[in-house]
Amino acid sequence: MKNIRLTLVFYIAFLMIPLYWLFNMSLKTNTEILSGFSLWPTNPTLDNYITIFSDAGWYMGYVNSTIYVGLNTIISLAVALPAAYAFSRYRFMGDKHLFFWLLSNRMAPPAVFVLPFFQLYSSIGLFDTHIAVALAHCLFNVPLAVWILEGFMSGIPKEIDETAQIDGYSFGAFFLRIFMPLIKSGIGVAAFFCFMFSWVELLIARTLTSVDAKPIAAVMTRTVSASGLDWGVLAAAGVLTIIPGAIVIWFVRNHIAKGFALGRV
Amino acid sequence: MQKKLNQKAWFLVLPVFLLVAFSAIIPLMTVVNYSVQDSFGNNEFFWVGAEWFSEILNSERFHSALGRQLLFSAIILLIEIPLGIFIALKIPKQGWAVSLCLVLMALPLLIPWNVVGTIWQIFAREDIGLLGYVLAALDVDYNYTQNSTDAWITIIIMDVWHWTSLVVLLCYAGLSSIPDAYYQAAKIDGASRWATFRYIQLPKLKRVLLIAVLLRFMDSFMIYTEPFVVTGGGPGNATTFLSIDLVKMAIGQFDLGPAAAFSLIYFLIVLLLSWVFYTIMTANEGKTNQS
Repeated sequence: MKNIRLTLVFYIAFLMIPLYWLFNMSLKTNTEILSGFSLWPTNPTLDNYITIFSDAGWYMGYVNSTIYVGLNTIISLAVALPAAYAFSRYRFMGDKHLFFWLLSNRMAPPAVFVLPFFQLYSSIGLFDTHIAVALAHCLFNVPLAVWILEGFMSGIPKEIDETAQIDGYSFGAFFLRIFMPLIKSGIGVAAFFCFMFSWVELLIARTLTSVDAKPIAAVMTRTVSASGLDWGVLAAAGVLTIIPGAIVIWFVRNHIAKGFALGRV
Repeated sequence: MQKKLNQKAWFLVLPVFLLVAFSAIIPLMTVVNYSVQDSFGNNEFFWVGAEWFSEILNSERFHSALGRQLLFSAIILLIEIPLGIFIALKIPKQGWAVSLCLVLMALPLLIPWNVVGTIWQIFAREDIGLLGYVLAALDVDYNYTQNSTDAWITIIIMDVWHWTSLVVLLCYAGLSSIPDAYYQAAKIDGASRWATFRYIQLPKLKRVLLIAVLLRFMDSFMIYTEPFVVTGGGPGNATTFLSIDLVKMAIGQFDLGPAAAFSLIYFLIVLLLSWVFYTIMTANEGKTNQS
């Protein structure tokens, strides 16, 4: 038992120490960071956070990221729900090929798509808009959402569908009022993953935006100024990007393990 | 589950099909288009056939980037998969600590990738980072911006920090689906710790391990942001992986033709290797089911 605890404690400490260090730095001024080494801030200050919240250039980065992540999650779920239902309930022409083709998009290196995305969205006039990033992120989020939802839906017995049909429910009413509540946790997990992968992605988001929809990850490169890098503000910005993730993870904590197994354990 | 044949199901799939086709097929066609043409600017293109492909396939630059990439992915899989299984076995079955453990472990997965890079860039610095400072105090010769071995070690530790939890969570999900009766039976038979693992836990883990290996392989093979932030591909070219090299070529130098050919070769390698993994692991599964 002791041995068990020790391994876990070591592993979690290994995960937490770098995070603590970031948090520690975010509470110091830049001069304090550069002047000496200390395990905790001697004069904890919130100056770095105030800098971020009082400058539109900074906080708009968070707003932009949140908008395109939200849009992407909604679009992904809206198209993935009916498709996952079709995959879990019916056989149809080319279903297996289609399923693997979708998955192959999850395997496509984003670096491959950077240049064509830039040209595609520039040519249809969507460059530097939130919807462009949201649509581009669908490339890897929609297949993932279909995959997860299909796993959860296959766990619901088909008899429920048939009973609802006999009871006179139309397909739409059945889907919205009976089926969706049954796979609530699956939808939650799928939304969580769409959020997660859209939130952490930088390469595509950075390429498709310049000013109006610039994500926070790209704004973070601003900390280089004439006087060198402002480490304190950089660390504070980093801490603030971790918080949304920590909040959503709390909501799905009971389904998280099953979700990571994409609903198929 | 027996599925009904219903061609109308296509209507339900159509939105996904159109959306993914829009964001996958059109860009991919652009890439194919560039890969067989050359341009002197002014939007004038002419056909060059497979010239770019043979140029990339024969270039020293591509070979070395591919070599580094394969080595990196191999090291990552060899460390993260066993470590992930090991830690998942140590997580208790129930209790208040379980949720806390899982949430804390999942935290690194939700940090934007460039912030992961920033965290480790700071953490490993000799003047302001804890790791670099401690190593320097212990008189270890460590400098990730100058020495390529140190750069590699830093990036590997960073990736282990970032992604091992994914393997842990997957394996934990697999392990918690094993009914208690299996363990009781093993206990009655006097099975050793190792036998329990080998004959009860490992077979149950196969499915999730397939997902873990596939995801970890694909994502480590496409790694871009984290090493780019930490080392920028350096020192020299020591940590220039395929994606970094490709972005350099496409955005930095704007060599559209070679970059497009590079992209297609890259994509095909990922698909091929993932398919090989998938076939090997599912073939094994089929055999154990029959016996």
